[in-house]
Amino acid sequence: MAKLVTDVVCPFCGTLCDDLEVSVTDDGKKILDVYNACAIGAEKFLHSQASDRITRPRMQDEDGNWKDVSYDEAVEYTAKILADAKKPLMYGWSSTNCESQAVGTQIGEVTGAIMDNTATVCHGTTLIAVQDVGIPSCTLGEVVNRADRIVFWGCNPAHAHPRHMSRYSIYPRGFFTGKGQKSRKLVVIDPRCTDTSKLADYHLQIEQGRDYELFDAFRVAFKGEKLPDTVAGIPKKTIYEVAETMKSGRFGIIFFGMGVTQSLSKNHNIDAAISVTRDLNDYSKWSIMPMRGHYNVTGSGEVWGWLHGFPFALDLSRGFARYNPGDTTSNDLLRRDEVDAVFVLGSDPGAHFPFGSVKKIWGLPSVCIDPHITPTSAVCKLHVPVAFVGVETGGCAYRMDNVPIECRKVVEPPEGMLTDEEFLKKVLTRVKELKGA
Amino acid sequence: MVPKIKLNLISGRTIQQGVSMEGGKEKPAYRNACGIIEIDPADFKKLGAWRNTNVRVTSTFGSVVVKAIEATQGPHPGLGWIPMGPWANQVINPNTYSTGMPTFKGTPVDVEAASDEEVLDSITLITRAVRGEL
Ligand code: SF4
Repeated sequence: MAKLVTDVVCPFCGTLCDDLEVSVTDDGKKILDVYNACAIGAEKFLHSQASDRITRPRMQDEDGNWKDVSYDEAVEYTAKILADAKKPLMYGWSSTNCESQAVGTQIGEVTGAIMDNTATVCHGTTLIAVQDVGIPSCTLGEVVNRADRIVFWGCNPAHAHPRHMSRYSIYPRGFFTGKGQKSRKLVVIDPRCTDTSKLADYHLQIEQGRDYELFDAFRVAFKGEKLPDTVAGIPKKTIYEVAETMKSGRFGIIFFGMGVTQSLSKNHNIDAAISVTRDLNDYSKWSIMPMRGHYNVTGSGEVWGWLHGFPFALDLSRGFARYNPGDTTSNDLLRRDEVDAVFVLGSDPGAHFPFGSVKKIWGLPSVCIDPHITPTSAVCKLHVPVAFVGVETGGCAYRMDNVPIECRKVVEPPEGMLTDEEFLKKVLTRVKELKGA
Repeated sequence: MVPKIKLNLISGRTIQQGVSMEGGKEKPAYRNACGIIEIDPADFKKLGAWRNTNVRVTSTFGSVVVKAIEATQGPHPGLGWIPMGPWANQVINPNTYSTGMPTFKGTPVDVEAASDEEVLDSITLITRAVRGEL
């Protein structure tokens, strides 16, 4: 027999779908099937059940031979490298719950760590721009019910946020958008013909890296001023036409992603995107929203925001909070050899940092706390497997529009396995002892 | 001489990347999803290589062997696409220009056929690369 767990929250992407249903065995130990999720979300639940899963901490020697250790030994090693380090880097925090992020921050305070999250390689430049120029935003609920103009700029939700379009942005029928997709005009700006752009009313195949110019061109076009014949590879006629489409909507939103944040110009691209949004508010109601990647990267920014005032690149090494992107950001610190221990939880820099940074992690005392085997666990000295948040333990996560949602526990973790929060609490107790705090 | 072509490299998410990553980064499916470069048919012609053969991608910052496949979200002549992951990150531009953000999109690369070289799985790639064995 099976029982059905309803209203399950998917702990993968920032869409944080909260309508999943998962059937589990009566004893609550095994997941049988996952309903309503996209392919990625379903795989996340199902793979948590893999028979070859690592269930105990393990350490590797110089030649890469692994040996199992107890959780107590893992706590001791982790506490010791953090307490001994002059400037440890505590990175990740995006695939875990806010409760763990808060405990982790306490460890950072005691050890004088630099705390950084995956925004550093994702929407960190967005956060910089928001601090520079502010952000007019809204919730996804408003998008469902009101938005009749949708712009996807440098993002490809068909692949990166697979249910975003069906739940919020294109297909759903809302209060003022009763005809669903027919009530909306879709503009996609991307250098490739993506599976998202194929659905668009207008696809502007921009020359890669020329986003800033095109944003500016729109600001010119809104005012009806003169443009050169083409901007960023787009003919001016198209720019004027799309500008009119944007102005004529009742409620519009720009969703943007890595195409804008990771290309040259970086935070200046987002400044320009936000300025476009501000200009559009002279004609209609417009908002803008970053397509946040990890399901709780937004939450880690919130937790650090309310504890220390900064959403990423948080430097606690001087005993008070500092923030200086380019200086206190993970990749800059690693490349310049400015940290002397690395702690990773809820992210995989081994796969997603430039290789030069990964090599630096390998040379340092390091711990990776992650349910999976990853390139990060492969280069860290200690690998601590933990329960999956949102599958084997609950906790709070923030959706991309800053709405907090309580994740659900669906099944029991393997016997004896700790959660992130439990492991971190043990480390906190031990670092306090070591530091005499 | 083997022809070499120049492309502008970008990386990012694909659904296959997301699914195979959750399925286990040590598994062959992850390599098959991310140890690839998507190339436009026009650029394939210049490269003079068959589809689905291995190529070496080289930038100022590093070099990696991946499998060349035809663009799935094209056309995009002049652009190369490697899904985000350790293969792309061997060659992307790590400079953050004081923003903290490496330049994951827009790295000039050379691509040349390397049919007798192997595409390594993610764990082998990383563990050998950190030891300077590649
Ligand atoms: S869209 Fe994102 S949150 Fe929703 S099911 Fe897919 S991976 Fe999970």
